Amino acid sequence: MAGLTPESATAEAAGALGKPSASVSPWQESWRRFKRHRLAYWSLWLLGLMVIAVLLGPFVWKLGINDVDLLASLSKPSLKHPLGTDDLGRDLLARLLYGGRISLAVGLAAMLTAVLVGVFIGALAGISRGWVDAALMWLTDLFLSLPQLPVLLLLIFLFREPLKQTFGLELGIFILIVAVIGGFRWMPVARLVRAQFFSLREKEFVEAARALGASTPRQVTRHILPNSLGPVIVAATIDVAAAIIAESTLSFLGLGFPPDIPTWGRILYDGRDYLDIAMHWALFPGIAIFITVLTINFIGDGLRDALDPRRVL
Amino acid sequence: MGRFILRRLLIALPSLLGISAVLFTVLALAPGDPFEELATNPNVPPEVRMALRVQFGLDDPVWERYLRWLASMLRGDWGFSFVSRINVDELILQRLPTTIVVIGLSQVLAILVAIPVGVLAAVKPYSWFDRIASTVAFVGFSLPTFFTGVLFILLFSITLGWLPFVYRTDISSTGWQFLWDHFKQSIMPITVLGLYQAASMMRYVRSAVLDVIRLDYVTTARSKGLSERAVVLKHVVRNAMIPVVTLVALQMPTVFGGAIVTEQIFRIPGIGSLLIDAILRNDTPVIMAVTFVFSGLVILFNLVADVLYGWLDPRISYR
Amino acid sequence: MNESDLRALIEQVRHGTLPRRAFIQRLVGLGLTAPMASMLLMHEGVAQTPTPLPYKPTKRGGGGTLRLMYWQAPVHLNPHYAGGTKDQDSCRIFYEPLGGWDADGNLVPVLATEVPTRANGGLSADGRTVTWKLKRGVKWHDGRDFTADDVVFTWQYAGDPASAMLTVNVYRDIKVSKIDAHTVRVEFARPTPFWAEPFVGTWGLILPKHVFEPFSGAKSRENPANLKAVGTGPYRLLDFKPGDMLRAEANPNYHVPNQPFFDALELKGGGDATSAARSVLQTAEFDLAWNLSVEDVILRQLESAGKGKVHFYEGSDLEYVTLNPTDPWKEVEGERASAKSRHPAFSDRAVREAMSLLIDRKSIAEAIYGRGAVATANFLNNPPRFRSPNTKFEFSIEKANQILEAAGWRRGSDGIRAKGGTKLKFVFQTSVSGPRQKCQAIIKDACGKAGIDLELKSVVASVYFGGDFANPDTYQKFWADMQMYTTTMTQPDPQSFMEQFTSWELSQKENKWARRNLSRWQNADYDAAHKAAQVELDAVKRAALFIRMNDLVTGDLHVVPLFARPRPYGVNARLRPVLSAWDNTTWALGYWTREG
Repeated sequence: MAGLTPESATAEAAGALGKPSASVSPWQESWRRFKRHRLAYWSLWLLGLMVIAVLLGPFVWKLGINDVDLLASLSKPSLKHPLGTDDLGRDLLARLLYGGRISLAVGLAAMLTAVLVGVFIGALAGISRGWVDAALMWLTDLFLSLPQLPVLLLLIFLFREPLKQTFGLELGIFILIVAVIGGFRWMPVARLVRAQFFSLREKEFVEAARALGASTPRQVTRHILPNSLGPVIVAATIDVAAAIIAESTLSFLGLGFPPDIPTWGRILYDGRDYLDIAMHWALFPGIAIFITVLTINFIGDGLRDALDPRRVL
Repeated sequence: MGRFILRRLLIALPSLLGISAVLFTVLALAPGDPFEELATNPNVPPEVRMALRVQFGLDDPVWERYLRWLASMLRGDWGFSFVSRINVDELILQRLPTTIVVIGLSQVLAILVAIPVGVLAAVKPYSWFDRIASTVAFVGFSLPTFFTGVLFILLFSITLGWLPFVYRTDISSTGWQFLWDHFKQSIMPITVLGLYQAASMMRYVRSAVLDVIRLDYVTTARSKGLSERAVVLKHVVRNAMIPVVTLVALQMPTVFGGAIVTEQIFRIPGIGSLLIDAILRNDTPVIMAVTFVFSGLVILFNLVADVLYGWLDPRISYR
Repeated sequence: MNESDLRALIEQVRHGTLPRRAFIQRLVGLGLTAPMASMLLMHEGVAQTPTPLPYKPTKRGGGGTLRLMYWQAPVHLNPHYAGGTKDQDSCRIFYEPLGGWDADGNLVPVLATEVPTRANGGLSADGRTVTWKLKRGVKWHDGRDFTADDVVFTWQYAGDPASAMLTVNVYRDIKVSKIDAHTVRVEFARPTPFWAEPFVGTWGLILPKHVFEPFSGAKSRENPANLKAVGTGPYRLLDFKPGDMLRAEANPNYHVPNQPFFDALELKGGGDATSAARSVLQTAEFDLAWNLSVEDVILRQLESAGKGKVHFYEGSDLEYVTLNPTDPWKEVEGERASAKSRHPAFSDRAVREAMSLLIDRKSIAEAIYGRGAVATANFLNNPPRFRSPNTKFEFSIEKANQILEAAGWRRGSDGIRAKGGTKLKFVFQTSVSGPRQKCQAIIKDACGKAGIDLELKSVVASVYFGGDFANPDTYQKFWADMQMYTTTMTQPDPQSFMEQFTSWELSQKENKWARRNLSRWQNADYDAAHKAAQVELDAVKRAALFIRMNDLVTGDLHVVPLFARPRPYGVNARLRPVLSAWDNTTWALGYWTREG
């Protein structure tokens, strides 16, 4: 469990003690420590590259995403179509770049929603006792019991038109989808955080902070929360992949983005029956999702190491 | 601890009721008509369809329908499926054995794979074992089951021809042949689903063990001369189990109605496919019954997890 | 093709200069159904030489197990409540009607001894009475005898509105009486040209009185026989799990000698169409798969394994697009898509012509459905060899551009054509289905090149086809500019099918959108023709009226037929099924055999 007596400084890197350090702000310090985690550092760059690619790519690679060319149907990767084409002859690179905006945005936004809501509720339940905890756990159990599909149908039925009016077609659906996917994934995070809190709040260092006069919110934010981030980070990486896939399931059911918008999950879904005929169709979106997950994970590892007050880096 | 359990059980009943009320309302408000087939059939006059709706009480106000449903549930009558015209409990019981065997085993497989692999990976972080295991895990949960399922079918059923991919509940052989036939048709769905769960669970186990393994008391145990094995098994694992227990408790209820995609792909007549069929056909009694059991399981397993926290970490106190 | 042309053709058949089969196919090309064409000949006294269905085995059984794969699983076994073809086919394994329709549309007696005609006294001169002679020695699966009482009971049961059976309209307005233990008489209220509806084909399965009578009327839903079928068919039910599978064994007392060939039957349901295709064509775990609505590219790949082939049976399924004649975005008296409103763009015939030119039927059919779709311009079906001279289809983006330009629809700065403040921006909705979405994508692409912008919308099938009047996305509401789906004729006679374009069937708020004219199209000539066809006893005049109705509908270009959808079945290479698109898949199950 996190947060027991810290590793003594003498157990590692004794040499670091000798160096005098200029005074730096905590953020600069965290950034420096983050950079030392090589994988995390390079993953940050890779993710950034992907974001730039999907934002600017469609301006550079001019093939249309909806250009049907039945003669080029299911063609393998070539110079004209670097990632091949699907069964209607549409260029996969263009579709991946365009759909990447949505997939990455949905993946990251839904993950953030799930994590923020989950951490908030889990922390609140974990630090309070008695009826607040019971009420919040009842709420969590309720959300866990809800069958997703009827709830989705209901929400979309109720909110699609108003959101479309206010925010326009794409943004409106985006908000709805992020709310829906994030709304169904916060519960495990909440329970995990709550469990961490249960064990952490009994620890000596929290007791010590309390004895020193720290108010409960300060105990939570400065002491307990940073130490309970382990499972949260794992959940975040899993949620990104799950969100991208969930969006494709929604779209397959006609509830998400219109069927001609090529999100990565959708392309993966469309290509699944053609694995023995045209493997490239499903392979590339799969790789794209995989790389996203990989980068988020390493960034998360780096973040944890950077923010961990016990590690000497 | 006994008082704690008793108190939680007493709270569980009203919370189950509350959840069922919310579920029922959501289902009643959700769009969709159980008699949609009739609507498209030119032979059926609208009066017949309206008569059926009245017969099944579909046009009554929501709270009235909920109370009626509650009353019959308490009497043991779980309802009558609009679509199949059979009692709901019969329908569920028909599918229960298959669900428990296939989906249940996949959960067990997931746990059996995830825990050892996660622990080993954490004991030697960033070693080649850890990197390979983590990468496989990432691939595992980046690829949805609708994809890996098809991949497995293509490989094992079609290319190699080793395994059948349509699940049959009516295998007529007996004895060892029966077990072998069952094994052949179940191993693919169990593996597909189990590995998908194992992928994410392994990452959680690894993270939890990593948190624990750097702590002082582990170093103390090592310096006392205990073998690495004893250190890991007796000191590390037990303390790292709290997040894992939370996760397993969250996963268990999905046996009953969660493995929808896998059941569809392999045509396993489990409760998951019953649920999705009922949802798509707006067969409300079936949806209510299944989700009611599901929420009961959720509450039960979360209670078990809460109790286990106390056993795993004696410092966690109950009020 | 008018009435005198039809009569001339019939004379040719009578004299033997035109083969019966060619006549039927010609009429199908004009928009009629094969059973109707066959009835036409029968009515005119052109004898049908009964050709028995092929069957070689000389003893019952020995064929092993027949395995059927239905990717939509049957959920119950009451034949008169069965809405979907999957349930109907499953019921047909156990129950039988008095007669069925073969692949050419000929009426084939099953529980009757012969087809009633004027010559043998089965049909009355005034067209109001049919007398059926029942087969003797037929037993129900539980051993009791099949008699005329069962036929009379079936009429009472299905025709009773309290039972809420789907076949109620077929049996409500007739009177069935028992002449003796093996003869029944059916009386119609009015002269009925198409008399072969009650007790024939899909809606005509006979129920055992001793099993169903205790559960008549409102108690029908509790009948255990809804799941435990007791019929006269070639197989007896062993086990049925709704939504999953059914198992049956050969009926040792079946009334056709040496049948059935197989000893046992299994029907498994669930999953999706592609894996169903694989289970027959690649792994041969199953002998036949129903309704493989899968892209042809995939099907051809699967067939290359050599274990099976996909067979296409031409029927009456038609995929078509409707251009809304009403305005779905404006409320008239509180109602959207009201019959009182007119669509701002589609009321201009030029726009409709352009839309029809922008749908590349041929390429869509070939690219997506392959052999599973046959491009057509007729609303009633159309085999490729014969084309109606009145209707044709064409694909040309340039022509569409010209027509729009000439009609005053000029391109704006965003590339979308507009005229007088109305832009050519449409919402195009259909149900969720891989091939349909691809079809939408292709149409959108072509329209884009002509300055028309389409917003694609896909709705979950159970909501789209559901009758929920609170939901805005149903196809009955048609609150979109264009919609697309497949319509099927549930009966071989087109009268009720064509009623969906009459003005009295308009689907509106006042009737809770429960009527059948979803496309909101209406036309006075069409109404008159339909009313005339309802009472026209002369079969030839009637056929001519239907042809005219077809031309009226398609000529106005609001209803744009895309392609006929023959039914695709995946069949194991060694299986010899006997299939028909005019009846259930399992209509002649006893005749199925396997080679080798």
